Amino acid sequence: MIRNVIGVKSSAALWAGAVALLAGTVSAQQVLINATGATFPYPMYSKWFDVYHKKTSNVQINYNSLGSGAGVQQVTAGTVDFGASDMPMTDVELKAFKDKNGCGVLHFPTVVGANVPAYKLAGVSQPLNFTGEVLAGIFLGKITKWNDPALAKDNPGVKLPDANIVVVHRSDGSGTTFVWTDYLSKVSPEWKSKVGAAKSVNWPVGLGGKGNEGVAGQLETQPNSLGYVELTYAIQNKMQYGKVKNAAGVFLLGNLAGVTSAAGGVKDMPEDFRVSITNAPGKDAYPISSFTWLLIPEKIKDPAKKKALADFLRWMLTEGQTQTERLNYAPLPKAVVSQETKAIAKIQ
Amino acid sequence: MAGRPRSFHLLRRKAVNAVMLSLTGLCTFIAAGTLVYILGYLFVHGAKSLNWDFFTKLPTPVGETGGGMANAILGSAKLLLLATVIGVPIGFMGGVYLAEFGGNTFAFIVRYVTDLLNGVPSIVIGIFAYTLIVLPQKHFSTLAGGIALSIMMIPIAIRSSEEFLRAVPLALREGAMALGASKSKAILTVVIPAAKNGIMTGIMLNLARVAGETAPLLFTSFGNRFWSPGWNQPTAALPEMIYNYAKAPYEDWHQQAWSAGFVLLTLILAVNIVARLILSRQAHVSR
Amino acid sequence: MNAPTTTAIEARPSGRAQSFRQRLRAGDDLTYLVTLIAASSIVAITGLLVYELYINSAASRHQFGWAFLTTSTWDPVAGQFGALPFIYGTVVTSALALFIGIPLGVGAAIFLAELAPPKISSGLTFLIELLAAVPSVIFGVLGIFILIPILRTFEEPIRKTLGWTPLFQGPFYGVSMLAAGVVLAVMIIPFIISISREVILAVPNDQREAALALGATRWESTWDVVIPFAYKGITGSIFLALARSLGETMAVTMVIGNDPKIHASLFAPGYSIAAVIANEFTEATGDLYTSALIELGLVLFALTIVINGAARILVASTSQKGGS
Repeated sequence: MIRNVIGVKSSAALWAGAVALLAGTVSAQQVLINATGATFPYPMYSKWFDVYHKKTSNVQINYNSLGSGAGVQQVTAGTVDFGASDMPMTDVELKAFKDKNGCGVLHFPTVVGANVPAYKLAGVSQPLNFTGEVLAGIFLGKITKWNDPALAKDNPGVKLPDANIVVVHRSDGSGTTFVWTDYLSKVSPEWKSKVGAAKSVNWPVGLGGKGNEGVAGQLETQPNSLGYVELTYAIQNKMQYGKVKNAAGVFLLGNLAGVTSAAGGVKDMPEDFRVSITNAPGKDAYPISSFTWLLIPEKIKDPAKKKALADFLRWMLTEGQTQTERLNYAPLPKAVVSQETKAIAKIQ
Repeated sequence: MAGRPRSFHLLRRKAVNAVMLSLTGLCTFIAAGTLVYILGYLFVHGAKSLNWDFFTKLPTPVGETGGGMANAILGSAKLLLLATVIGVPIGFMGGVYLAEFGGNTFAFIVRYVTDLLNGVPSIVIGIFAYTLIVLPQKHFSTLAGGIALSIMMIPIAIRSSEEFLRAVPLALREGAMALGASKSKAILTVVIPAAKNGIMTGIMLNLARVAGETAPLLFTSFGNRFWSPGWNQPTAALPEMIYNYAKAPYEDWHQQAWSAGFVLLTLILAVNIVARLILSRQAHVSR
Repeated sequence: MNAPTTTAIEARPSGRAQSFRQRLRAGDDLTYLVTLIAASSIVAITGLLVYELYINSAASRHQFGWAFLTTSTWDPVAGQFGALPFIYGTVVTSALALFIGIPLGVGAAIFLAELAPPKISSGLTFLIELLAAVPSVIFGVLGIFILIPILRTFEEPIRKTLGWTPLFQGPFYGVSMLAAGVVLAVMIIPFIISISREVILAVPNDQREAALALGATRWESTWDVVIPFAYKGITGSIFLALARSLGETMAVTMVIGNDPKIHASLFAPGYSIAAVIANEFTEATGDLYTSALIELGLVLFALTIVINGAARILVASTSQKGGS
């Protein structure tokens, strides 16, 4: 009947094409792993997974950066093999995971990154200085203009325009948001009581961008805008970003040294690696730093995937750590690496 | 109208006439002009960024240039193939039912429900496919994406099949019957081939419409930076790549988004133009 | 053209019943059965869709009840979900789209149906109908890279002329309900033009000629005679365009600004139902959040069904009346 309708030649072509496409089935050796989560470390992860794929040629880790919220949600729902998040899972989320999957979930830190206040301001060439209170005021909507006295006080001699500050934040569930709001909660009691710290908050003001990429995109096209992005995004897109005053009173630009110092200040890394390093003490510590974690289920049924993931983790903790600085992420402190290597055994 | 007194009233009516009619011309100019502008911009920008890498390479890590969308092109092709294989037979046979056995209450219900399904926003269909297929299967897949797209194809396939089948003249059917064919034989060997042009163009137009759909893919086929073998893995697709790349800050990704938009739109418009030409030529012939 | 249901003319002379095997070979029953199954599966799929939407939004429906539709807080942290900002954004952007689209669309339809020579009319209509084939995501890309910069340059003139209304006050960021409304207008105009033109063409010629014979100008005959005749169909096309714009996802997501708050000004960013589902669905942690989003989907579904239904009735009633 198909022959009648569309002719012999075209039906043959159709079948041939269909067979060809269907022939692309999974070959026996390939291990395909799917993951989603944070956009914060996405530049690092996409590089790592690409390099790892070239190295092993049969392990393919497909990472879709949809935000930390998606990372937690999808790994809990079981639709991806592992997740990634810049905010450690809360006790509520851990319990939900256990209820749904019958086992726990492990946190594996990968890199340490910086969250920077990026902006697009014409006529300003030097990085601006921001204090925690000023940033809280801007994101609360109380400081609305670039030439507000509070900003001017920290930036003597800089010609700040009389323009509205266009606040840009994340519209999706974001670990980067958690790091930012965690810092603001620590330095501003008003922020802590009015908004709080979480992956998704009730923003008083501002435009929403999806992912670090979306926020960076907004900042690029919106004059007089201010938002928060991971350091790599600011550098890769040649954006302006400012210095933040740390707990010791020093204005620091987000960079490897500052982030490493903040991470190094962790005296007792908890067994499950869930820790916050924002507003870390020390005059060299960059105040808005954070670990970022892979969320891997304790029990992995597929033996090939389990082996592949464990191998990847070992590679990541050794070879992978040497590649982080090129992309402006700080490698993990040595103590954390050895603690983590031991923890790989927990994956069953 | 010689001899009629030229009153102010008449002059005013004539003025209104001239003004309003030219305004409608302006409206048309704006509408058609927008299309020309859109297409022109897309073609110029897209063609500029198009290169061989786009068709042959896989996406590169974030921040590195030189990647392509080869896997997205294949991914879209697979999704559309699956959608067609599922959606067209169901839609077509449903159309046969309505055209040949319709007229009762059940047929009325089917038509009503078809219209309902047609009006469902594509994002809602995405939710449906997610809860129906992705959650129980516990992974994102080409299969889920293909099924979501097929659900979008079905209502249009039914309606257009029914329309073209009904358009076949009664004389043909009765001729077949008079020669001794059973009803189903008449349908299979006479009516359907007679309507085949219309049905094929209907499928083409349907395909072109579904090819550009992004929303249902967001929670089903999910996206993939690598090749996606088989049907049970997530896959990249052209519209989804365009969406992700356009929102990002990387200039290289913007270029690729333009290229992808150019390729996608060219294919969609080409299919549309061919389909409509076939239809209009057929309309001429049968008149 | 309606093919009347053909009577089942037996292949054999009547009076002799066919055996089961003979009927099977004739295939009538099989064909009937197969096509019936196909048709029923459509009903089943749609039923399943409604069922899934209803069941999976249960947590949210039980928690909030009807207040879901009137609350304007959307706070995932506190677990407070209200649909009002999204309903507002959806309605406002669609209203703006209609406000721009109806005059342009109906005007163009009149030109194409009444004034343009047939070849130009069909040629231009062909072109305009191609606009309907452009995918939403491409409109989104064009919105980001072309429309928003254009709107930014026009911000001052608009503010000067219309800034006295609350609709055009406040800061403008490019991404806004205005941008979303304009993009939607461009997307729905082809539908309005296509259907309205057909409906106007279907108005019998004697109506026009009668008006002209009575001394009406071309415009008067069109506006006072033809349009009222085609009124229902044109309104139907507007409803269809509205239904389409309510469900539009990608183009709106990319230019509306993603702010779940209610602002009076069109310059402000907003959020639509489809856009929030697209952005937040994959990361909605917890049952309440997910079911709130699905309930939003249900609301959108209900809205588009009602409007589509009204549209079909209107278009159908005109084509019955106007066709001769």
